[in-house]
Amino acid sequence: MSAYFTELTLAHFLTLGAILFSLSVAGIFLNRKNVIILLMAIELMLLAVNMNFVAFSRFHGNADGQVFVFFILTVAAAEAAIGLAILVVLFRNRNTINVAELDDLKG
Amino acid sequence: MTANDLFIALPELFILGMACLIMLIDLYLPDNRRGIISFFSVMTLLFAGIMVMRWQVADAASVQYAFNGTFVRDSMADVLKLFCFIVLAAVFIYAKHYLRTFNLFRGEYYVLSLFLLLGAMVLISAASLLTVYLGLELISLSSYALVALDRDSRRGSEAAMKYFVLGSLASGLLLYGLSMIYGVTGSLSLANIAETTAVASGNITLIFGLVFVVIGIAFKLGAVPFHMWVPDVYHGAPAAVTMLIGSVPKLAAFAMAIRLLDNGLIPLQGQWMGMLTVLAALSIIIGNLVAIAQTNLKRMLAYSTISHMGFMLLGILSGTAQGYSAAMFYAISYAIMSTGAFAVLIMLSRAGIEAENLDDYKGLNQRNPLLAAIMLMLMFSMAGIPVFVGFFAKWLVIQATLDAGLLWLAVLAVVFSVIGAFYYLRVVKLMYFDEPESEEKVTAPADFRFVLTINGVAQLLLGIFANALIALCIASF
Repeated sequence: MSAYFTELTLAHFLTLGAILFSLSVAGIFLNRKNVIILLMAIELMLLAVNMNFVAFSRFHGNADGQVFVFFILTVAAAEAAIGLAILVVLFRNRNTINVAELDDLKG
Repeated sequence: MTANDLFIALPELFILGMACLIMLIDLYLPDNRRGIISFFSVMTLLFAGIMVMRWQVADAASVQYAFNGTFVRDSMADVLKLFCFIVLAAVFIYAKHYLRTFNLFRGEYYVLSLFLLLGAMVLISAASLLTVYLGLELISLSSYALVALDRDSRRGSEAAMKYFVLGSLASGLLLYGLSMIYGVTGSLSLANIAETTAVASGNITLIFGLVFVVIGIAFKLGAVPFHMWVPDVYHGAPAAVTMLIGSVPKLAAFAMAIRLLDNGLIPLQGQWMGMLTVLAALSIIIGNLVAIAQTNLKRMLAYSTISHMGFMLLGILSGTAQGYSAAMFYAISYAIMSTGAFAVLIMLSRAGIEAENLDDYKGLNQRNPLLAAIMLMLMFSMAGIPVFVGFFAKWLVIQATLDAGLLWLAVLAVVFSVIGAFYYLRVVKLMYFDEPESEEKVTAPADFRFVLTINGVAQLLLGIFANALIALCIASF
Protein backbone atom coordinates (compact mmCIF):
# COMPACT_ATOMS: atom_id res chain seq x y z
CA MET A 1 0.00 0.00 0.00
CA SER A 2 1.58 3.32 -1.02
CA ALA A 3 1.46 6.44 1.14
CA TYR A 4 -1.11 7.90 -1.25
CA PHE A 5 -3.79 5.67 0.19
CA THR A 6 -2.79 5.82 3.85
CA GLU A 7 -2.57 9.54 4.63
CA LEU A 8 -4.53 12.59 3.56
CA THR A 9 -2.52 15.22 1.70
CA LEU A 10 -3.37 18.57 0.13
CA ALA A 11 -3.83 16.79 -3.20
CA HIS A 12 -6.74 14.73 -1.84
CA PHE A 13 -8.65 17.82 -0.76
CA LEU A 14 -7.96 19.59 -4.04
CA THR A 15 -9.13 16.53 -5.98
CA LEU A 16 -12.36 16.46 -3.98
CA GLY A 17 -12.80 20.21 -4.61
CA ALA A 18 -12.20 19.69 -8.33
CA ILE A 19 -14.72 16.81 -8.49
CA LEU A 20 -17.40 18.85 -6.70
CA PHE A 21 -16.68 21.82 -8.95
CA SER A 22 -16.93 19.72 -12.13
CA LEU A 23 -20.18 18.18 -10.89
CA SER A 24 -21.71 21.60 -10.36
CA VAL A 25 -20.61 22.93 -13.78
CA ALA A 26 -21.98 19.78 -15.40
CA GLY A 27 -25.20 20.27 -13.40
CA ILE A 28 -25.62 23.78 -14.80
CA PHE A 29 -24.97 22.84 -18.43
CA LEU A 30 -26.62 19.41 -18.66
CA ASN A 31 -29.79 20.15 -16.71
CA ARG A 32 -32.66 21.09 -19.06
CA LYS A 33 -35.51 20.52 -16.63
CA ASN A 34 -35.71 22.32 -13.35
CA VAL A 35 -34.42 25.76 -12.34
CA ILE A 36 -34.13 24.68 -8.68
CA ILE A 37 -31.45 22.17 -9.69
CA LEU A 38 -29.51 25.09 -11.21
CA LEU A 39 -29.66 26.90 -7.86
CA MET A 40 -28.40 23.76 -6.10
CA ALA A 41 -25.54 23.44 -8.59
CA ILE A 42 -24.53 27.05 -7.95
CA GLU A 43 -24.42 26.44 -4.18
CA LEU A 44 -22.34 23.30 -4.73
CA MET A 45 -19.89 25.28 -6.82
CA LEU A 46 -19.33 27.80 -4.02
CA LEU A 47 -18.85 24.96 -1.51
CA ALA A 48 -16.26 23.34 -3.79
CA VAL A 49 -14.33 26.61 -3.79
CA ASN A 50 -14.61 26.75 0.02
CA MET A 51 -13.04 23.29 0.20
CA ASN A 52 -10.07 24.59 -1.80
CA PHE A 53 -9.67 27.68 0.36
CA VAL A 54 -9.75 25.74 3.62
CA ALA A 55 -7.27 23.14 2.33
CA PHE A 56 -4.85 25.82 1.10
CA SER A 57 -5.28 27.79 4.30
CA ARG A 58 -4.27 24.73 6.35
CA PHE A 59 -1.40 24.01 3.96
CA HIS A 60 0.03 27.54 4.23
CA GLY A 61 -0.70 27.81 7.95
CA ASN A 62 -2.34 31.25 7.61
CA ALA A 63 -5.95 32.10 8.34
CA ASP A 64 -6.62 34.32 5.30
CA GLY A 65 -8.26 31.52 3.35
CA GLN A 66 -10.59 30.61 6.20
CA VAL A 67 -11.67 34.25 6.57
CA PHE A 68 -12.44 34.26 2.82
CA VAL A 69 -14.63 31.19 3.34
CA PHE A 70 -16.76 33.05 5.89
CA PHE A 71 -17.37 35.80 3.36
CA ILE A 72 -18.21 33.30 0.62
CA LEU A 73 -20.73 31.58 2.89
CA THR A 74 -22.40 34.90 3.69
CA VAL A 75 -22.56 35.95 0.05
CA ALA A 76 -23.88 32.50 -0.89
CA ALA A 77 -26.77 32.99 1.54
CA ALA A 78 -27.62 36.37 -0.01
CA GLU A 79 -27.30 34.89 -3.49
CA ALA A 80 -29.66 32.01 -2.63
CA ALA A 81 -32.19 34.51 -1.26
CA ILE A 82 -32.14 36.58 -4.45
CA GLY A 83 -32.18 33.48 -6.65
CA LEU A 84 -35.24 32.06 -4.92
CA ALA A 85 -36.98 35.45 -5.04
CA ILE A 86 -36.42 35.59 -8.81
CA LEU A 87 -37.67 32.00 -9.04
CA VAL A 88 -40.93 32.98 -7.31
CA VAL A 89 -41.41 35.92 -9.72
CA LEU A 90 -40.63 33.64 -12.65
CA PHE A 91 -43.18 31.05 -11.57
CA ARG A 92 -45.90 33.65 -10.97
CA ASN A 93 -45.42 35.11 -14.45
CA ARG A 94 -45.00 31.92 -16.46
CA ASN A 95 -46.50 29.09 -14.37
CA THR A 96 -43.44 26.95 -15.09
CA ILE A 97 -39.87 26.63 -13.87
CA ASN A 98 -38.78 24.39 -16.73
CA VAL A 99 -35.42 25.55 -18.11
CA ALA A 100 -36.31 24.51 -21.68
CA GLU A 101 -39.39 26.76 -21.66
CA LEU A 102 -37.40 29.93 -20.88
CA ASP A 103 -37.20 30.86 -24.57
CA ASP A 104 -39.01 34.18 -25.05
CA LEU A 105 -35.74 36.01 -25.51
CA LYS A 106 -33.58 35.01 -28.43
CA GLY A 107 -31.97 36.34 -31.59
CA MET B 1 -8.81 49.95 11.88
CA THR B 2 -7.89 53.57 12.52
CA ALA B 3 -9.69 56.86 11.95
CA ASN B 4 -7.51 57.40 8.92
CA ASP B 5 -8.85 54.18 7.35
CA LEU B 6 -12.38 55.49 7.68
CA PHE B 7 -11.29 58.81 6.26
CA ILE B 8 -9.85 57.14 3.13
CA ALA B 9 -13.07 55.22 2.57
CA LEU B 10 -15.27 58.24 3.34
CA PRO B 11 -17.05 58.38 -0.07
CA GLU B 12 -17.98 54.68 0.21
CA LEU B 13 -19.23 55.07 3.78
CA PHE B 14 -21.24 58.12 2.74
CA ILE B 15 -22.91 56.22 -0.15
CA LEU B 16 -23.67 53.30 2.20
CA GLY B 17 -25.20 55.62 4.81
CA MET B 18 -27.28 57.49 2.24
CA ALA B 19 -28.52 54.29 0.59
CA CYS B 20 -29.80 53.07 3.96
CA LEU B 21 -31.30 56.48 4.76
CA ILE B 22 -33.08 56.69 1.39
CA MET B 23 -34.47 53.18 1.93
CA LEU B 24 -35.93 54.37 5.27
CA ILE B 25 -37.30 57.66 3.91
CA ASP B 26 -38.97 55.76 1.07
CA LEU B 27 -41.00 53.75 3.59
CA TYR B 28 -42.70 56.85 4.98
CA LEU B 29 -43.29 58.73 1.71
CA PRO B 30 -46.73 58.92 0.13
CA ASP B 31 -46.71 57.96 -3.56
CA ASN B 32 -47.15 61.51 -4.85
CA ARG B 33 -44.00 62.74 -3.03
CA ARG B 34 -41.72 60.04 -4.43
CA GLY B 35 -39.81 62.58 -6.56
CA ILE B 36 -37.85 63.50 -3.41
CA ILE B 37 -36.10 60.11 -3.55
CA SER B 38 -34.72 60.87 -6.99
CA PHE B 39 -33.58 64.32 -5.82
CA PHE B 40 -31.86 62.89 -2.72
CA SER B 41 -30.08 60.25 -4.80
CA VAL B 42 -28.66 62.82 -7.22
CA MET B 43 -27.58 65.02 -4.27
CA THR B 44 -25.87 61.98 -2.68
CA LEU B 45 -23.84 61.54 -5.85
CA LEU B 46 -22.97 65.25 -5.89
CA PHE B 47 -21.63 65.23 -2.33
CA ALA B 48 -19.77 61.95 -2.84
CA GLY B 49 -18.25 63.55 -5.94
CA ILE B 50 -17.05 66.52 -3.87
CA MET B 51 -15.42 64.12 -1.37
CA VAL B 52 -13.55 62.30 -4.13
CA MET B 53 -12.59 65.57 -5.82
CA ARG B 54 -10.92 66.72 -2.60
CA TRP B 55 -8.45 63.79 -2.88
CA GLN B 56 -7.93 64.24 -6.59
CA VAL B 57 -7.02 67.91 -6.10
CA ALA B 58 -5.08 67.54 -2.83
CA ASP B 59 -2.82 64.58 -3.56
CA ALA B 60 -3.46 63.06 -6.95
CA ALA B 61 -0.15 61.22 -7.14
CA SER B 62 -0.21 59.55 -3.72
CA VAL B 63 -1.42 56.00 -3.11
CA GLN B 64 -3.08 55.32 0.23
CA TYR B 65 -3.95 51.92 1.68
CA ALA B 66 -6.61 51.27 4.31
CA PHE B 67 -8.06 48.37 6.30
CA ASN B 68 -4.84 46.31 6.51
CA GLY B 69 -4.04 46.77 2.85
CA THR B 70 -7.37 45.53 1.47
CA PHE B 71 -8.53 48.92 0.18
CA VAL B 72 -6.57 51.36 -1.94
CA ARG B 73 -7.12 54.96 -3.01
CA ASP B 74 -5.13 56.07 -6.02
CA SER B 75 -5.58 58.35 -8.98
CA MET B 76 -7.25 55.69 -11.17
CA ALA B 77 -9.78 54.97 -8.41
CA ASP B 78 -10.60 58.68 -8.02
CA VAL B 79 -11.13 59.31 -11.74
CA LEU B 80 -13.23 56.17 -12.27
CA LYS B 81 -15.39 56.93 -9.22
CA LEU B 82 -15.98 60.49 -10.41
CA PHE B 83 -17.18 59.24 -13.78
CA CYS B 84 -19.36 56.63 -12.06
CA PHE B 85 -21.07 59.48 -10.17
CA ILE B 86 -21.52 61.63 -13.28
CA VAL B 87 -22.95 58.79 -15.38
CA LEU B 88 -25.19 57.52 -12.57
CA ALA B 89 -26.56 61.03 -11.93
CA ALA B 90 -27.59 61.20 -15.60
CA VAL B 91 -29.07 57.68 -15.36
CA PHE B 92 -31.14 58.73 -12.31
CA ILE B 93 -32.58 61.75 -14.13
CA TYR B 94 -33.45 59.69 -17.23
CA ALA B 95 -34.82 56.84 -15.11
CA LYS B 96 -37.28 59.07 -13.23
CA HIS B 97 -39.17 59.78 -16.47
CA TYR B 98 -39.09 56.12 -17.52
CA LEU B 99 -40.25 54.76 -14.15
CA ARG B 100 -43.12 57.30 -14.06
CA THR B 101 -44.23 56.41 -17.61
CA PHE B 102 -44.16 52.68 -16.89
CA ASN B 103 -45.72 52.95 -13.45
CA LEU B 104 -42.65 51.48 -11.73
CA PHE B 105 -41.71 54.57 -9.74
CA ARG B 106 -40.69 53.06 -6.40
CA GLY B 107 -37.73 53.68 -4.12
CA GLU B 108 -36.17 50.25 -4.83
CA TYR B 109 -34.63 51.37 -8.12
CA TYR B 110 -32.67 54.14 -6.44
CA VAL B 111 -31.65 52.13 -3.36
CA LEU B 112 -30.46 49.14 -5.43
CA SER B 113 -28.63 51.47 -7.83
CA LEU B 114 -26.81 53.11 -4.92
CA PHE B 115 -25.80 49.68 -3.57
CA LEU B 116 -24.63 48.75 -7.06
CA LEU B 117 -22.57 51.95 -7.07
CA LEU B 118 -21.13 51.03 -3.66
CA GLY B 119 -20.09 47.64 -5.03
CA ALA B 120 -18.51 49.33 -8.05
CA MET B 121 -16.56 51.71 -5.77
CA VAL B 122 -15.30 48.84 -3.58
CA LEU B 123 -14.23 46.93 -6.70
CA ILE B 124 -12.51 50.01 -8.16
CA SER B 125 -10.58 50.47 -4.89
CA ALA B 126 -9.85 46.78 -4.32
CA ALA B 127 -6.34 45.86 -3.17
CA SER B 128 -7.06 42.28 -2.09
CA LEU B 129 -8.83 39.26 -3.60
CA LEU B 130 -11.43 39.58 -0.83
CA THR B 131 -12.42 43.14 -1.76
CA VAL B 132 -12.49 42.22 -5.47
CA TYR B 133 -14.96 39.42 -4.71
CA LEU B 134 -17.16 41.43 -2.33
CA GLY B 135 -17.37 44.42 -4.66
CA LEU B 136 -18.18 42.21 -7.61
CA GLU B 137 -20.91 40.34 -5.75
CA LEU B 138 -22.51 43.56 -4.50
CA ILE B 139 -22.73 44.76 -8.12
CA SER B 140 -24.07 41.39 -9.32
CA LEU B 141 -26.69 40.87 -6.60
CA SER B 142 -28.04 44.41 -7.02
CA SER B 143 -28.27 44.04 -10.78
CA TYR B 144 -30.06 40.63 -10.62
CA ALA B 145 -32.74 42.24 -8.46
CA LEU B 146 -32.92 45.32 -10.72
CA VAL B 147 -33.49 43.24 -13.87
CA ALA B 148 -36.55 41.72 -12.17
CA LEU B 149 -37.79 45.18 -11.11
CA ASP B 150 -40.93 44.92 -13.26
CA ARG B 151 -42.51 42.06 -11.34
CA ASP B 152 -45.29 41.42 -13.84
CA SER B 153 -43.10 41.20 -16.92
CA ARG B 154 -42.63 37.74 -18.47
CA ARG B 155 -39.52 38.87 -20.32
CA GLY B 156 -38.08 40.62 -17.28
CA SER B 157 -38.28 37.58 -15.02
CA GLU B 158 -36.82 35.30 -17.70
CA ALA B 159 -33.92 37.73 -18.24
CA ALA B 160 -33.36 37.98 -14.47
CA MET B 161 -33.18 34.19 -14.10
CA LYS B 162 -30.76 33.79 -17.01
CA TYR B 163 -28.62 36.63 -15.69
CA PHE B 164 -28.64 35.15 -12.19
CA VAL B 165 -27.58 31.65 -13.28
CA LEU B 166 -24.87 32.78 -15.71
CA GLY B 167 -23.64 35.54 -13.38
CA SER B 168 -23.35 33.13 -10.45
CA LEU B 169 -21.56 30.64 -12.68
CA ALA B 170 -19.08 33.39 -13.61
CA SER B 171 -18.56 34.30 -9.93
CA GLY B 172 -17.97 30.63 -9.15
CA LEU B 173 -15.40 30.25 -11.93
CA LEU B 174 -13.64 33.44 -10.82
CA LEU B 175 -13.58 32.25 -7.21
CA TYR B 176 -12.12 28.90 -8.22
CA GLY B 177 -9.33 30.79 -9.98
CA LEU B 178 -8.80 33.03 -6.95
CA SER B 179 -8.51 29.96 -4.69
CA MET B 180 -5.76 28.56 -6.95
CA ILE B 181 -3.88 31.85 -6.87
CA TYR B 182 -4.20 31.95 -3.08
CA GLY B 183 -2.97 28.37 -2.98
CA VAL B 184 0.22 29.18 -4.88
CA THR B 185 1.01 32.54 -3.26
CA GLY B 186 -0.41 32.05 0.25
CA SER B 187 -1.71 35.61 0.31
CA LEU B 188 -4.88 37.49 -0.59
CA SER B 189 -3.18 40.87 -1.02
CA LEU B 190 -2.71 41.80 -4.69
CA ALA B 191 0.64 43.49 -3.98
CA ASN B 192 1.99 40.35 -2.27
CA ILE B 193 0.63 38.18 -5.08
CA ALA B 194 2.54 40.28 -7.64
CA GLU B 195 5.77 39.82 -5.65
CA THR B 196 5.34 36.05 -5.26
CA THR B 197 4.25 35.36 -8.84
CA ALA B 198 7.31 37.24 -10.13
CA VAL B 199 9.48 34.33 -8.94
CA ALA B 200 6.98 31.54 -9.63
CA SER B 201 5.58 32.66 -12.99
CA GLY B 202 5.96 29.25 -14.64
CA ASN B 203 3.92 27.45 -11.97
CA ILE B 204 1.24 25.34 -13.67
CA THR B 205 -1.30 25.78 -10.83
CA LEU B 206 -0.89 29.53 -11.16
CA ILE B 207 -1.59 29.42 -14.92
CA PHE B 208 -4.61 27.20 -14.16
CA GLY B 209 -5.90 29.83 -11.72
CA LEU B 210 -5.19 32.59 -14.24
CA VAL B 211 -7.35 30.89 -16.89
CA PHE B 212 -10.33 30.84 -14.50
CA VAL B 213 -9.74 34.47 -13.50
CA VAL B 214 -9.67 35.57 -17.16
CA ILE B 215 -12.89 33.62 -17.84
CA GLY B 216 -14.52 35.36 -14.85
CA ILE B 217 -13.46 38.79 -16.11
CA ALA B 218 -14.63 37.96 -19.66
CA PHE B 219 -18.05 36.91 -18.32
CA LYS B 220 -18.47 40.15 -16.41
CA LEU B 221 -17.34 42.26 -19.39
CA GLY B 222 -19.53 40.24 -21.75
CA ALA B 223 -16.69 39.26 -24.10
CA VAL B 224 -17.21 36.46 -26.66
CA PRO B 225 -17.46 33.46 -26.05
CA PHE B 226 -18.84 34.36 -22.59
CA HIS B 227 -21.40 36.86 -23.92
CA MET B 228 -24.60 34.75 -23.98
CA TRP B 229 -26.27 36.68 -21.18
CA VAL B 230 -25.72 40.17 -22.63
CA PRO B 231 -28.39 40.28 -25.40
CA ASP B 232 -31.06 38.56 -23.30
CA VAL B 233 -30.50 40.80 -20.29
CA TYR B 234 -30.35 43.99 -22.38
CA HIS B 235 -33.54 42.96 -24.17
CA GLY B 236 -35.54 41.62 -21.22
CA ALA B 237 -34.75 44.22 -18.55
CA PRO B 238 -36.68 47.51 -18.32
CA ALA B 239 -34.83 50.17 -20.39
CA ALA B 240 -33.91 52.18 -17.27
CA VAL B 241 -32.16 49.10 -15.84
CA THR B 242 -30.48 48.23 -19.14
CA MET B 243 -29.13 51.78 -19.22
CA LEU B 244 -27.72 51.32 -15.70
CA ILE B 245 -26.15 47.92 -16.49
CA GLY B 246 -24.46 49.43 -19.55
CA SER B 247 -22.85 52.25 -17.58
CA VAL B 248 -21.41 51.92 -14.05
CA PRO B 249 -20.72 48.12 -14.10
CA LYS B 250 -18.67 48.54 -17.31
CA LEU B 251 -16.37 51.03 -15.57
CA ALA B 252 -16.14 48.65 -12.60
CA ALA B 253 -15.37 45.66 -14.85
CA PHE B 254 -12.53 47.65 -16.42
CA ALA B 255 -11.18 48.38 -12.92
CA MET B 256 -11.50 44.69 -12.01
CA ALA B 257 -9.42 43.69 -15.02
CA ILE B 258 -6.73 46.24 -14.11
CA ARG B 259 -6.67 45.31 -10.42
CA LEU B 260 -6.46 41.55 -10.99
CA LEU B 261 -4.38 41.34 -14.16
CA ASP B 262 -2.08 44.34 -13.68
CA ASN B 263 -1.82 44.95 -9.92
CA GLY B 264 -1.88 41.24 -9.03
CA LEU B 265 -0.75 39.12 -11.96
CA ILE B 266 1.47 41.41 -14.04
CA PRO B 267 4.34 38.85 -13.96
CA LEU B 268 2.05 36.57 -16.00
CA GLN B 269 1.43 39.25 -18.64
CA GLY B 270 2.92 37.01 -21.33
CA GLN B 271 0.22 34.42 -20.61
CA TRP B 272 -2.86 36.62 -20.22
CA MET B 273 -1.99 38.73 -23.23
CA GLY B 274 -2.63 35.72 -25.47
CA MET B 275 -5.98 34.94 -23.82
CA LEU B 276 -7.17 38.55 -24.03
CA THR B 277 -6.11 38.71 -27.70
CA VAL B 278 -8.45 35.82 -28.54
CA LEU B 279 -11.30 37.32 -26.46
CA ALA B 280 -10.87 40.77 -28.05
CA ALA B 281 -10.71 39.46 -31.63
CA LEU B 282 -13.78 37.21 -31.20
CA SER B 283 -15.78 39.96 -29.46
CA ILE B 284 -15.07 42.49 -32.21
CA ILE B 285 -15.96 40.01 -34.98
CA ILE B 286 -19.08 38.40 -33.48
CA GLY B 287 -20.39 41.59 -31.84
CA ASN B 288 -20.30 43.63 -35.05
CA LEU B 289 -21.56 40.88 -37.38
CA VAL B 290 -24.53 39.78 -35.25
CA ALA B 291 -25.56 43.39 -34.50
CA ILE B 292 -26.21 43.89 -38.25
CA ALA B 293 -28.93 41.21 -38.16
CA GLN B 294 -30.87 42.81 -35.28
CA THR B 295 -34.15 44.66 -35.77
CA ASN B 296 -34.53 45.41 -32.07
CA LEU B 297 -32.55 48.43 -30.91
CA LYS B 298 -31.95 47.02 -27.41
CA ARG B 299 -30.49 43.80 -28.84
CA MET B 300 -28.49 45.79 -31.39
CA LEU B 301 -27.00 47.91 -28.60
CA ALA B 302 -26.26 44.71 -26.65
CA TYR B 303 -24.20 43.28 -29.51
CA SER B 304 -22.58 46.68 -29.98
CA THR B 305 -21.60 46.54 -26.27
CA ILE B 306 -19.93 43.19 -26.90
CA SER B 307 -17.85 44.65 -29.73
CA HIS B 308 -17.01 47.75 -27.66
CA MET B 309 -15.79 45.55 -24.80
CA GLY B 310 -13.58 43.79 -27.36
CA PHE B 311 -12.08 47.16 -28.33
CA MET B 312 -11.50 47.98 -24.66
CA LEU B 313 -9.65 44.67 -24.19
CA LEU B 314 -7.30 45.74 -27.02
CA GLY B 315 -6.01 48.47 -24.70
CA ILE B 316 -5.65 46.22 -21.65
CA LEU B 317 -3.87 43.35 -23.38
CA SER B 318 -0.74 45.37 -24.19
CA GLY B 319 0.07 45.50 -20.46
CA THR B 320 1.55 49.01 -20.68
CA ALA B 321 0.51 52.20 -18.91
CA GLN B 322 -0.28 53.73 -22.30
CA GLY B 323 -2.57 50.83 -23.19
CA TYR B 324 -4.38 50.98 -19.82
CA SER B 325 -5.04 54.70 -20.18
CA ALA B 326 -6.40 54.09 -23.71
CA ALA B 327 -8.72 51.37 -22.33
CA MET B 328 -9.81 53.64 -19.50
CA PHE B 329 -10.61 56.42 -21.98
CA TYR B 330 -12.59 53.85 -23.99
CA ALA B 331 -14.54 52.64 -20.95
CA ILE B 332 -15.44 56.17 -19.85
CA SER B 333 -16.50 57.37 -23.29
CA TYR B 334 -18.47 54.16 -23.89
CA ALA B 335 -20.36 54.58 -20.60
CA ILE B 336 -21.37 58.12 -21.62
CA MET B 337 -22.38 57.07 -25.17
CA SER B 338 -24.50 54.10 -24.16
CA THR B 339 -26.30 56.06 -21.42
CA GLY B 340 -27.26 58.66 -24.03
CA ALA B 341 -28.47 56.05 -26.53
CA PHE B 342 -30.77 54.42 -23.97
CA ALA B 343 -32.03 57.85 -22.90
CA VAL B 344 -33.19 58.48 -26.50
CA LEU B 345 -34.94 55.09 -26.43
CA ILE B 346 -36.66 56.06 -23.16
CA MET B 347 -37.74 59.45 -24.51
CA LEU B 348 -39.41 57.79 -27.52
CA SER B 349 -41.21 55.24 -25.34
CA ARG B 350 -44.90 55.70 -24.53
CA ALA B 351 -46.81 54.29 -21.57
CA GLY B 352 -46.35 50.51 -21.60
CA ILE B 353 -44.48 50.35 -24.93
CA GLU B 354 -40.71 50.74 -25.20
CA ALA B 355 -39.46 52.18 -28.49
CA GLU B 356 -37.22 49.19 -29.06
CA ASN B 357 -37.92 48.42 -32.72
CA LEU B 358 -35.80 50.13 -35.33
CA ASP B 359 -39.01 51.12 -37.18
CA ASP B 360 -39.93 53.37 -34.24
CA TYR B 361 -37.05 55.64 -35.27
CA LYS B 362 -38.34 56.25 -38.80
CA GLY B 363 -38.64 59.94 -39.59
CA LEU B 364 -37.61 61.03 -36.12
CA ASN B 365 -36.17 64.19 -37.65
CA GLN B 366 -39.67 65.35 -38.61
CA ARG B 367 -41.12 64.58 -35.20
CA ASN B 368 -38.35 66.06 -33.05
CA PRO B 369 -35.27 67.48 -34.85
CA LEU B 370 -33.26 68.06 -31.65
CA LEU B 371 -33.71 64.46 -30.48
CA ALA B 372 -32.74 63.19 -33.94
CA ALA B 373 -29.62 65.37 -33.87
CA ILE B 374 -28.63 64.00 -30.44
CA MET B 375 -29.13 60.41 -31.62
CA LEU B 376 -27.08 61.25 -34.73
CA MET B 377 -24.17 62.42 -32.58
CA LEU B 378 -24.41 59.34 -30.32
CA MET B 379 -24.49 56.95 -33.29
CA PHE B 380 -21.59 58.72 -35.06
CA SER B 381 -19.63 58.57 -31.82
CA MET B 382 -20.31 54.82 -31.39
CA ALA B 383 -19.35 54.19 -35.00
CA GLY B 384 -16.08 56.04 -34.41
CA ILE B 385 -16.49 58.85 -36.93
CA PRO B 386 -13.80 61.56 -36.54
CA VAL B 387 -14.21 64.57 -34.22
CA PHE B 388 -16.62 62.57 -32.05
CA VAL B 389 -15.22 61.10 -28.82
CA GLY B 390 -15.70 57.50 -30.00
CA PHE B 391 -13.16 58.09 -32.77
CA PHE B 392 -10.41 59.06 -30.35
CA ALA B 393 -11.27 56.12 -28.09
CA LYS B 394 -10.86 53.68 -30.99
CA TRP B 395 -7.77 55.46 -32.27
CA LEU B 396 -6.01 55.22 -28.88
CA VAL B 397 -6.69 51.50 -28.35
CA ILE B 398 -5.67 50.65 -31.92
CA GLN B 399 -2.45 52.60 -31.42
CA ALA B 400 -1.81 50.63 -28.22
CA THR B 401 -2.35 47.40 -30.18
CA LEU B 402 0.20 48.50 -32.78
CA ASP B 403 2.71 49.37 -30.07
CA ALA B 404 2.22 45.86 -28.67
CA GLY B 405 3.29 44.53 -32.09
CA LEU B 406 -0.08 43.00 -33.05
CA LEU B 407 -0.49 44.43 -36.55
CA TRP B 408 -3.06 41.80 -37.63
CA LEU B 409 -5.27 42.60 -34.65
CA ALA B 410 -5.14 46.34 -35.38
CA VAL B 411 -6.12 45.69 -39.03
CA LEU B 412 -8.96 43.43 -37.89
CA ALA B 413 -10.20 46.12 -35.47
CA VAL B 414 -10.22 48.77 -38.22
CA VAL B 415 -11.98 46.50 -40.74
CA PHE B 416 -14.69 45.52 -38.28
CA SER B 417 -15.25 49.06 -37.03
CA VAL B 418 -16.01 49.94 -40.68
CA ILE B 419 -18.42 46.98 -40.90
CA GLY B 420 -19.92 48.05 -37.56
CA ALA B 421 -20.53 51.59 -38.85
CA PHE B 422 -23.22 50.08 -41.11
CA TYR B 423 -25.74 49.39 -38.38
CA TYR B 424 -25.15 52.68 -36.58
CA LEU B 425 -25.61 54.59 -39.84
CA ARG B 426 -28.77 52.59 -40.59
CA VAL B 427 -30.36 54.22 -37.53
CA VAL B 428 -29.32 57.64 -38.87
CA LYS B 429 -30.78 56.79 -42.29
CA LEU B 430 -34.09 55.73 -40.71
CA MET B 431 -34.28 58.97 -38.72
CA TYR B 432 -33.50 61.35 -41.56
CA PHE B 433 -34.61 59.75 -44.84
CA ASP B 434 -37.70 57.68 -43.97
CA GLU B 435 -41.26 58.83 -43.43
CA PRO B 436 -42.49 58.69 -39.81
CA GLU B 437 -45.05 56.00 -39.00
CA SER B 438 -46.67 58.08 -36.26
CA GLU B 439 -47.16 61.83 -35.94
CA GLU B 440 -47.25 61.71 -32.14
CA LYS B 441 -45.24 64.42 -30.38
CA VAL B 442 -42.11 63.20 -28.58
CA THR B 443 -41.71 64.95 -25.28
CA ALA B 444 -40.12 64.60 -21.85
CA PRO B 445 -39.69 66.72 -18.69
CA ALA B 446 -37.34 69.72 -18.87
CA ASP B 447 -34.56 68.19 -16.71
CA PHE B 448 -34.55 65.08 -18.93
CA ARG B 449 -34.22 67.12 -22.12
CA PHE B 450 -31.55 69.35 -20.55
CA VAL B 451 -29.33 66.43 -19.44
CA LEU B 452 -29.86 64.57 -22.73
CA THR B 453 -28.79 67.63 -24.73
CA ILE B 454 -25.62 67.91 -22.64
CA ASN B 455 -25.05 64.16 -23.11
CA GLY B 456 -25.33 64.47 -26.91
CA VAL B 457 -23.22 67.61 -27.20
CA ALA B 458 -20.63 66.01 -24.88
CA GLN B 459 -19.89 63.50 -27.67
CA LEU B 460 -18.74 66.39 -29.81
CA LEU B 461 -17.05 68.45 -27.07
CA LEU B 462 -15.19 65.49 -25.53
CA GLY B 463 -14.01 64.73 -29.07
CA ILE B 464 -12.79 68.26 -29.82
CA PHE B 465 -11.23 68.69 -26.38
CA ALA B 466 -10.23 65.04 -26.03
CA ASN B 467 -6.79 66.01 -24.74
CA ALA B 468 -8.10 66.96 -21.29
CA LEU B 469 -9.74 63.56 -20.71
CA ILE B 470 -6.77 61.73 -22.28
CA ALA B 471 -4.41 63.58 -19.93
CA LEU B 472 -6.58 62.59 -16.95
CA CYS B 473 -6.45 58.93 -18.02
CA ILE B 474 -2.68 58.98 -18.62
CA ALA B 475 -2.11 60.57 -15.18
CA SER B 476 -3.98 57.63 -13.61
CA PHE B 477 -1.29 55.06 -14.40
